[in-house]
Amino acid sequence: MSLTETPQQRDRATTIYEKSQAGRRAFVAPELDVPHDPDALPERFRRTEPPRLPEIAEPEINRHFNRISKRNFDLDTGFYPLGSCTMKHNPKLHERVAALPGNARLHPAQDPKRAQGALQLMYELQGALAEIAGLPHVSLQPSAGSHGELAGVLLTRAFHEANGDQRHKVLTPDTAHGTNPATVTMAGYEVVKIGTDAQGGVDMDDLKANLDEDVACLMLTNPNTLGVFDENISEIAQLVHGVGATLYYDGANLNAVMGRARPGDMGFDIVHYNLHKTFTQPHGGGGPGAGPIAVSDRIEPYLPRPQVVKTDDGAYDLDFDRPKSIGRLRGFQGNYGVFVRSYAYILSLGGDGLQEASETAVLNANYLLARLKEDGIGEHLPVAFDRLCMHEFVLSGAPMKKNLGLRTTDLAKRLLDHGHHPPTVYFPLLVDEALLIEPTETETRETLDAFADAIADILREGAEDPEIARNAPYTTPVRRLDEAGAAKRPVIRQPLD
Amino acid sequence: MSRYTSATDADRAAMLERIGVESIDDLFETIPEGVRLGRALDLPPGRPEQEVFAHLRELASRNVSADDELSFLGAGMYDHYVPALVDSIITRSEFLTPYTPYQPEVSQGTLQVMFEYQTAISELTGLPVSNATLYEGPSALGAAGFLAYQHHRRTRFLISRGVHPHARETLRTMSAGWGIEVQEIPLRDGVTDAGALADALGDDVSAVFLAQPNFLGAVEDLEALVPAIKDCGAIAVCSCDPMTLGVLRPPGDFGVDIAVGEGQPLGNRLDYGGPSFGFFAATNAFLRKMPGRISGETVDADGRRGFVLTLQTREQHIRRERATSNITTAQTLNALAAIVYLSWLGRQGIVEIGELMLQRTAYARKALAAVEGVEPIHEQPVIREFAVRVDADVHDVIERCAAEGVNPGYPLGADYEEHEDGLLVAITEQRTRADIDRLAEVLGRAVAGARRARRPEEVTA
Amino acid sequence: MAAASYPDDLKYHAEHDWARIDGDSATLGITWFAQDQLGEVVYFDPPAVGSALTKDQPYAEIESVKAVSDVVAPLSGEVTEVNEGLSDSPENVNEDPYGDGWLVKIKLSDVSEVEDLMDASSYEGSLS
Repeated sequence: MSLTETPQQRDRATTIYEKSQAGRRAFVAPELDVPHDPDALPERFRRTEPPRLPEIAEPEINRHFNRISKRNFDLDTGFYPLGSCTMKHNPKLHERVAALPGNARLHPAQDPKRAQGALQLMYELQGALAEIAGLPHVSLQPSAGSHGELAGVLLTRAFHEANGDQRHKVLTPDTAHGTNPATVTMAGYEVVKIGTDAQGGVDMDDLKANLDEDVACLMLTNPNTLGVFDENISEIAQLVHGVGATLYYDGANLNAVMGRARPGDMGFDIVHYNLHKTFTQPHGGGGPGAGPIAVSDRIEPYLPRPQVVKTDDGAYDLDFDRPKSIGRLRGFQGNYGVFVRSYAYILSLGGDGLQEASETAVLNANYLLARLKEDGIGEHLPVAFDRLCMHEFVLSGAPMKKNLGLRTTDLAKRLLDHGHHPPTVYFPLLVDEALLIEPTETETRETLDAFADAIADILREGAEDPEIARNAPYTTPVRRLDEAGAAKRPVIRQPLD
Repeated sequence: MSRYTSATDADRAAMLERIGVESIDDLFETIPEGVRLGRALDLPPGRPEQEVFAHLRELASRNVSADDELSFLGAGMYDHYVPALVDSIITRSEFLTPYTPYQPEVSQGTLQVMFEYQTAISELTGLPVSNATLYEGPSALGAAGFLAYQHHRRTRFLISRGVHPHARETLRTMSAGWGIEVQEIPLRDGVTDAGALADALGDDVSAVFLAQPNFLGAVEDLEALVPAIKDCGAIAVCSCDPMTLGVLRPPGDFGVDIAVGEGQPLGNRLDYGGPSFGFFAATNAFLRKMPGRISGETVDADGRRGFVLTLQTREQHIRRERATSNITTAQTLNALAAIVYLSWLGRQGIVEIGELMLQRTAYARKALAAVEGVEPIHEQPVIREFAVRVDADVHDVIERCAAEGVNPGYPLGADYEEHEDGLLVAITEQRTRADIDRLAEVLGRAVAGARRARRPEEVTA
Repeated sequence: MAAASYPDDLKYHAEHDWARIDGDSATLGITWFAQDQLGEVVYFDPPAVGSALTKDQPYAEIESVKAVSDVVAPLSGEVTEVNEGLSDSPENVNEDPYGDGWLVKIKLSDVSEVEDLMDASSYEGSLS
């Protein structure tokens, strides 16, 4: 037994299947209180062997999941400066209101007359989101940002088809998140990439060269994934509308601009929000989230069905009578539990608080950027675009690689030993050895200082002995993992034979 | 400064100085004048936690939940008992608040949960590979359609009218740009019309979509339906109810290529329809075409067992416009609820709960068939849900039941115009014999009352 | 992994593919530069035997953990054999890109296309 191995590291990640013993159980089945009908199900439909689910009692199930939970870093415990993710604090009130039985125990097919509280909540949330984005018509149906993107491009398709227009291309900048081009393919369009200029915004010449009447849509994030607000946005909107195309806003970076600017006012036709980013739905290790959309008047007829509406007598209802709707993108009404949390958040902050959130997010990012130019950090990790940033910024690890022989991934792994989650790495693709850093507004100055100090430490250590970072992390439950082996010979379930 | 931020005036002053600007406004200079909002957001001011809670509680009080009535609503989401163990685990900070496991060394908890969940879904469906969730049932079926479209560019989908109406509609919405015709196969006696399916099959069919049980509660004969689908080279997709897979032969047994479905019954709350999760399992042939994240087992630098996101080259962040899906954020926390629940239910429990539902559903159908003015829409074997028609205006019947604190089920007419006064009645382990007897009694009164209301001149003595 | 090398007996294509010509047949693969860019190869999805390759067009994909690359055909022809050994040992592409890491063998449809390819020193020169 190694003296320096932690209990976490000694834990051999036994799975719940390996902890099973035949005959153990937690569930107690209710008594059969109806007469047994032997003919209820013909034999040929019956499963012959039960599925090999675990056989384990409650204390061990509890211990198993509690133990493995401690092998996670999490936001409640530490700093998560993941660019484009907006890892802001998850208020604890939200779990309480989501768990209220009137919310948690409400069946989605309940008659709207008997779900007025839920429909009112959704309706008011729609109104708040509309005000924040500056576009009047909102659908809460999409279940994540990508789902909202798909809705947006399908709405664009419906809009063009209603105008008798057959278009085939969608433009996305080369800095776009991968979901944008993936969405374009799912919607049946062809992707055309647009370049980025030296200031970090859309290359206007490239845009003009590619804009024609075969373009259905331009998808943009503003500020973009470089943390840069595109000053040409009004001209871009004019050009795009000039060829009859729609302008789509990827709302991943909305946290930068609430109360300061609105995509609707910039000329966007369709916007999606990430409720699990800007509106602090807890990430859950990869969901749930929600990706509502807001659209302009001309796109409204095509919105998914049903829409939450308020009737003349002041009641709330689900409106299915939408002949031009693109239809449904999922069952029922969407991720209502997520709406409850975001609604509580918007109510808690109010208009003033949302503006303050964005201002502090931008303040924190610029402060951290300023700190990361000091202490010699800037010569190894220069900022990709040397201007004031918005809520996030990109550093390049290319000089660090050249000067110290350390790659961005090594820096990231060594940060884990310092108790910080690393920033987003190797994205955006445009920047070599990228580090995309977004502190969010809920971090204190002290936390930002500690993070900058950790980076400085790692660089100093790297100048003396780069091997340390190259073999990091040392203190996490597992060390660097063989991802190539996992891809070559995928083992994606427990073998039980 | 709000209760969630910490920048005092002193902090701000110090930070602005370090940045080298005079004011917060300077930080927003790059926003051109013409697009600045220039006014406050037109939203009410922020409120203290106590007030927010009071308001949310008031709203929630105006919802009639499954705690407030005796409910037989189903139609894809079901009132199963969620053990307290699930709540206590999914509210743990370490599971609730982390991001996607892009740094696996500090995400072993989440990655192991995903691996264990994938194993359970594989066991339930009888298919070897599973992903780590999609959003929910209908969009998971749509995702299977996208896989088929990418796999072989054939131009027709066949979908049984027995598939959930939301899933049928979602497939049409998602496939709008694929140049694929979606053709519906009718039901006959409550199940997919095998003859109509056989007639419709051809080598231009990309995929065929079935449901098990189907939306009207009937157990489909997959053994009879699937071979012809495979013979013409189409992909066989089955949307299934996971709670029935302890008793029903799983889709993998019949040569189904892809099994999808709504995961809510597995340890997830009703939550007015979400968040829940969609599951997606497939044969090995489709492993590299699957959408969604997948956790795989590996070892670390010291030889320790660990887990990582694997086969990431399928996904949008690498393959971009050629990705198997645009999905990123899915429903990981809901998968955790599912694997905790399935561990709690256990190998024996899933069989027992299925048998219990089977027997109670059979009993309930007989009990309702004995009610004056109520008759089953079909006589196929059922396992947890069944369809009846009432000889009255079903909406009037539902209102009358509601007045007695009973929700008799889902009205079918909006989705199946051929069953205008149809009602879909769902049974879970929570609905006892006494509950079912009460339903029969209340429904009997409601139907009688609604019939009288429809024909006021016929007053029953 | 082997040090950078570009054997003299091979022909090279600008998209980082090599060809070993043998009469009217050729063996194809990716160069040392390409495998170095990709990182450790984890998967190669070969075209079917009998399928047609068109010069300058992608004919397969090759994957590392974090990247996918199109493999471009340096010459046109019909696939006569694919390297089955790569499904167990994809890392051969990294360790022996010109030997055990070969990808496909083709029967050339137009031998004159060989003239458009570069020799080792031109290709190596183009990399800097």
